[in-house]
Amino acid sequence: MCLAIPGKILEIDECNAVRVGKVQFGGITRQVQLGFVPEAGIGDYVMVHVGFAISVVDAEDAQHTYEILESMGLLEAELPPAEPS
Amino acid sequence: MKYIDEYRDREIAHKLLAKVAQRAQHPWVLMEICGGQTHTIMRYGLDELLPRGIELVHGPGCPVCVTPLEMIDKAVALASRPDVILVSYGDMLRVPGSKSDLLGIKAQGGDIRVVYSPVEAVKIAQTNPQRQVVFFAIGFETTAPPNAMAVWQARQLGVKNFSVLVSHVIVPPAIRLLLNQPGNRVQGFIAPGHVCTVMGAGEYKELVREFCIPIVIGGFEPVDLLQAVLMLVEQLEDGRAELENQYSRSVLVEGNVPARRIIDEVFEVCDRKWRGIGVIPQSGYRLRSAFAAFDAERKFEMENAGVEESAECISALVLQGRKKPPDCPAFAVRCTPQTPLGAPMVSSEGACAAYYQYRRHALPH
Repeated sequence: MCLAIPGKILEIDECNAVRVGKVQFGGITRQVQLGFVPEAGIGDYVMVHVGFAISVVDAEDAQHTYEILESMGLLEAELPPAEPS
Repeated sequence: MKYIDEYRDREIAHKLLAKVAQRAQHPWVLMEICGGQTHTIMRYGLDELLPRGIELVHGPGCPVCVTPLEMIDKAVALASRPDVILVSYGDMLRVPGSKSDLLGIKAQGGDIRVVYSPVEAVKIAQTNPQRQVVFFAIGFETTAPPNAMAVWQARQLGVKNFSVLVSHVIVPPAIRLLLNQPGNRVQGFIAPGHVCTVMGAGEYKELVREFCIPIVIGGFEPVDLLQAVLMLVEQLEDGRAELENQYSRSVLVEGNVPARRIIDEVFEVCDRKWRGIGVIPQSGYRLRSAFAAFDAERKFEMENAGVEESAECISALVLQGRKKPPDCPAFAVRCTPQTPLGAPMVSSEGACAAYYQYRRHALPH
């Protein structure tokens, strides 16, 4: 129920004083309400829940975290093997 | 898809699992709150990949599951009226009420429409001015801003035939209740990432201080959840109790300020009954009196009859993480997603449905 999916903003419009955007999720695009993310611009990724963007994905933070996760491999030789499932 | 695929990376997941195995010197019981997180854990079998001593128990974070029977009955009563179009999120249609579910009423000719977004419900009201349109507004804090926005927009647009049946719940009071229960086993929490995207970290910092228990705000993909487990295990092994944010690509400390503002404008905090748990003080939202004209419970006369749950269903214990679904004698025998005895078997995010979908063939009988 609380799922939100990341999508990329392609266009932004004002529709009856409501800020809406065309957002791309993989191969499909949908209209999304952008009222809760006034800072979002074209090209940004937003997390979308029931048709509303609830956050702008922090690209720098995501990149940094991912690099930390990937670099865990450097320690791999020192670690015991993962338990068999 | 960007921001999904990389968090399903098998190699990174295995590195995280190895790191958890290395760090975990003691057994620990951790709870993920959100039903979406439960679903990911079962779908990818994360609980079975973790070292044996790390037990994941599943929290009450499925709004469909905790919506009280009385509310389902009210929605059923409204949907049975010829002057009403009942609009709902799809998950609610098969939730059993005391006599019928919404799908049964739809089969008998009730006008029930499923929407993805609450703004669609306002549009249905605009295009059907001769009918009363009631939106069944359920959810946690994540869904509260969109639902509140629908009510706010209806008022702006002067849509008088629109109202909402509100059964909103909020997470922190439920965590407090679980931690105050005698016999609580949970030693660390994975907090719900999208609830915190809206509400921020403040309430969870308070819980950490109050109960001296580690909490990590976690995302929804397998790598997110394994990283959150690792962060909790590291805290527990080091004897720390802190609030940490694994899902920092979406969660800001202050949350989403405009979204919180619309919640505050439209809703106020109230006591709320949770299915299977009972009334939790200050654990829900209701409409503020300024929006009373949009309150379906005021607009329509409805019975407030107390109703009994199935005696056999142990969902109360499952929703509190005290029992696992296969502990129930009715599980996958008399209770299946086609014939659910209780709500956790209905929603795909309910713990019972997740076990049914991914584990029932592996269970000894």
